[in-house]
Amino acid sequence: MGSTNSTLSKIPNVEELMQETGFTPAHIVRLYDRFEALDKEKTGHLRPQDFGAINRLAMNPIGDRIIGAFFSPGQETVDFHSFVRILAHFRPADKKRPKDPSMPEPVNSRTSKLKFAFQLYDQDKDGKISRAELLQVLRSMLEMQVTEEQLESIADRTIQEADLDKDDAISFEEFRKSLEKVNIDHKMSIRFLR
Amino acid sequence: MPALWRSTFVLVMVLLAISRPSLASEDTGNGTENTITTLPIVIWKWEEIHFPYLVALWVLVSWLCKLVFQLNPCLTRVIPESGLLICIGWVLGGIIYGADKVQTFRLQPFTFFFYLLPQIVLDAGYSMPNKLFFGNLGAILVYAVIGTCWNAATLGLALWGCWLGGAMGNIDTGLLQLLLFGSLIAAVDPVAVIAVFEEVHVNEVLYILVFGESLLNDGVTVVLFNVFDAFVSLGGAQIDAVEIIKGIISFFVVAVGGSLVGVVFALLISLLTRCTKNIQIIEPGFIFVLGYLSYLTAEMLSLSAILSCTFCGVCCQKYINANMDERSVSTVRSTMKVFANGSETIIFVFLGISAIDPSIWVWNTAFILLTLLFIFVFRFIGVFLLTWILNQYRLVPLDFIDQLVMGYGGLRGAVAYGLVLLLDENKYKEKKLMISTTLIVVYFTVMLQGITMKPLVTWLKVKRAAVSERTLAEKIQNRTFDHMLVAIEDISGQIGDNYMRDKWNNFEEKWLYWLLMTPIARKSCDPIFNIFHKLNIKDATSYVKEGERRGSLAFVRNESKADVDFNKKFGADFSEMMPYIMTENMGPDHVPVSSILRDSVPSVCLDMHEQDLKMRESEDFDAHHLLQQHLYKGRKQHRHRYSRKHLEVNKDEHEVQEIFQRTMRSRLESFKSAKMGVAPPKKISKHLKKDQPQKMPNGKSADNSKSHAYGDEDLEFSEGDSASGCEAAGGSFPMRAYRGAGIVNPAFMAEMDTMDPMPPMQQIPSWLAEAEVDSSNMVPSQRAQLTLPWTPSNLRRLAPLCLSTHSNDSFLLADSPATQEGISELPPPPPPQDGQGQGTHK
Repeated sequence: MGSTNSTLSKIPNVEELMQETGFTPAHIVRLYDRFEALDKEKTGHLRPQDFGAINRLAMNPIGDRIIGAFFSPGQETVDFHSFVRILAHFRPADKKRPKDPSMPEPVNSRTSKLKFAFQLYDQDKDGKISRAELLQVLRSMLEMQVTEEQLESIADRTIQEADLDKDDAISFEEFRKSLEKVNIDHKMSIRFLR
Repeated sequence: MPALWRSTFVLVMVLLAISRPSLASEDTGNGTENTITTLPIVIWKWEEIHFPYLVALWVLVSWLCKLVFQLNPCLTRVIPESGLLICIGWVLGGIIYGADKVQTFRLQPFTFFFYLLPQIVLDAGYSMPNKLFFGNLGAILVYAVIGTCWNAATLGLALWGCWLGGAMGNIDTGLLQLLLFGSLIAAVDPVAVIAVFEEVHVNEVLYILVFGESLLNDGVTVVLFNVFDAFVSLGGAQIDAVEIIKGIISFFVVAVGGSLVGVVFALLISLLTRCTKNIQIIEPGFIFVLGYLSYLTAEMLSLSAILSCTFCGVCCQKYINANMDERSVSTVRSTMKVFANGSETIIFVFLGISAIDPSIWVWNTAFILLTLLFIFVFRFIGVFLLTWILNQYRLVPLDFIDQLVMGYGGLRGAVAYGLVLLLDENKYKEKKLMISTTLIVVYFTVMLQGITMKPLVTWLKVKRAAVSERTLAEKIQNRTFDHMLVAIEDISGQIGDNYMRDKWNNFEEKWLYWLLMTPIARKSCDPIFNIFHKLNIKDATSYVKEGERRGSLAFVRNESKADVDFNKKFGADFSEMMPYIMTENMGPDHVPVSSILRDSVPSVCLDMHEQDLKMRESEDFDAHHLLQQHLYKGRKQHRHRYSRKHLEVNKDEHEVQEIFQRTMRSRLESFKSAKMGVAPPKKISKHLKKDQPQKMPNGKSADNSKSHAYGDEDLEFSEGDSASGCEAAGGSFPMRAYRGAGIVNPAFMAEMDTMDPMPPMQQIPSWLAEAEVDSSNMVPSQRAQLTLPWTPSNLRRLAPLCLSTHSNDSFLLADSPATQEGISELPPPPPPQDGQGQGTHK
């Protein structure tokens, strides 16, 4: 695969990246192509408007939140490495690789997947999903189908379900508890060129 | 439960209808011979009705067998029910054979395919977990189509090889016949599989794979069977490449065509249920008739009837459940289950009975044992092979243990037996051997594999189904996950499953909902909203149950202390939850009470009061009977109306009026006695005056909702009804705990204390309630009143009524100097429309 190798050589620190994310060279190449396609001005960085150019993403009710998740706070751009790292959250957990305690937790572990989901809600990054934050998400996902009052009571009810310490907000721990029975690995994985 | 019985009856009727033709023919035979000499008082008409009678008896007997098994659970824990039913079939068959010396009763293929199978298939389709099914459709199809072909081909070829090798001795068969035999016995049987797997509770992916496969491969088997049957008829010599290609084409046409017929019928059903609002009572009937028609139509077009019926059920479920009334949906569900479970039972019993017939048994050790062996072995090989291929593409690969269970779950059943009976004995010299072998295979798989399945699953530690209580958080999160995955697929630029699913969802929302759903259903079909609704209903039910328990205790015993812990336990939760129910279900006159209620969650003292009120509010959903239990039984009894068109509860205005007037009469009488100096009625009047002023100043907002008085209405009535007047009722009222509750204004606390010696009663007489209802132009039915939410703050509305009471009923005034004080504090109320209310009871 000559083209694979030539593309790989263009990416700095590619070995490290693969080690960290668990992607195979084929994945990396494919993602790199995608990255370049999105990066219309060839700056080596993506800006929010580059993501905005993806038509179908604009229709996604939480599309802007997902885009937001690619940019670490205060930064306007995202480079290829961060791009891949974010996407690596969605790689299915591999059962073959034995658990290595010395290694840092892989990005596709259950916890980091959940963290990713959590921060989509937690827009003000205070470690808690407040009622208002939940309401925002609900509003965008349910929009016109239900009335505002119903939305509010759904939000209340949801918080009530998850809220263990009765502070009217969902902390990450509570968030994880409420999703204990959900197979996160099934729900938050995409088949990347398997 | 009524639905169950109704449907049981329907099933019997259907079975009776089956027998009509034969009955008619017998009638003509018997009727002419009898010449009567005198008028017979009773005659024995066994001959005329024996056929339907026997059918009904058999149904009864089969179901009784099931009943007997369910009585001793230790038996069913070891042996699956299907196996037990077969056993009982053997016993019954033995008895019949012993009596008749010939097997009179046998499972006829026609009966099986047209009267017993369709409802099972329809039920399986209708109760299919859709998302899971379509999510794994690829894998299911691979197993069902390729897997079945593999099973059929390998078994046929292997048997043929053994036959050529001379292992089976001298039997008259050939490659095609053996392939045909292979195809008919290849299919995993949904009836047997469901019966076993439902008891085992394996994880859902495994379940849907086995279940989906067993359902779809029945269709495939029937198609294969027909193709090979045609080949056998053609004879080996005439089969060339063209015929084989035709066979393959016909295979796909039959399978796909059948599915399409099912989808068309699903559309039809959905469209129909859009406009059955006015004939709700036969609404469920449409589902069954059209479902059955989809089966028959496909059969008529020589397409796969099973596939048609399955897809009909799978595709229509979502829309009809949304379109139909909730009661119709539950009727359909339970009726479906009655039909399916009933005919499943019958099938297994008759599988047992059919065996006790020496005339069908031909023993060929090699053939039978080899068949068993090959079935078992090739099933495993097929599963491993296909899973290996599938795992290359699956996001969540199936692990080895799942595969083992899938392989082991290859139970054969009644479809194979039905098919083998269809064989033409002239063409297939070894039909009897095939029947015997099929029976042995069925018994072996259902009994042995069925029995060992559970221990195996436990031993292998197969991932069990998580007993998941669906919560809102999960549901919302699932939705977020879906959106997230689509977004990530978009960003990473691939077109994957999520992309397709998203596309489909958009299409469905845009077109199918518009086409197939009623506008109202369209609004409420959101899954998050649904689960919210269900949770609320569940809360309400449990609340009502608890409330009823407590309520009835309080009614009888009059223990005030007992309320407290209930309040601690439930009060807090429910005062949080109930508002949501109300906001959701109130419809047009709903009020966002949640916030108001939360602010003023009362302290312990109000508990019983509070609970009783809420209990009544939740009655709006399903506990209407609480009212009926305690009220006016006498009058109601001759109000029973029989109607075939409506199931409605009696909302008769006159009845309410009647109740109202009766209550009034008894109240007035008790007031008269109060004038004579009897103590308890005084309490009522005092309470009245006390109650209103206390509360009114607390009113936070002029709420357009109705007073909390309605909640008490039922107590009020029961009091009146008890005919003992207020004395008795006053003493036994559960609401003494009222005092101090909800009182915010300290000015009135003092007043309360002066009243202390007498247990104050807080309920508002029903005429006030009545008047209020009238004044707000509500339909004065019990039900309507019950839907009114209570908030502590909306009592302001009662102000005019209080005034009017006070002005009209002079004796009330006389009793209560305190009232003036309270009333004087009130803002001038809007002009009371209490004319009707007061007028009626005066």
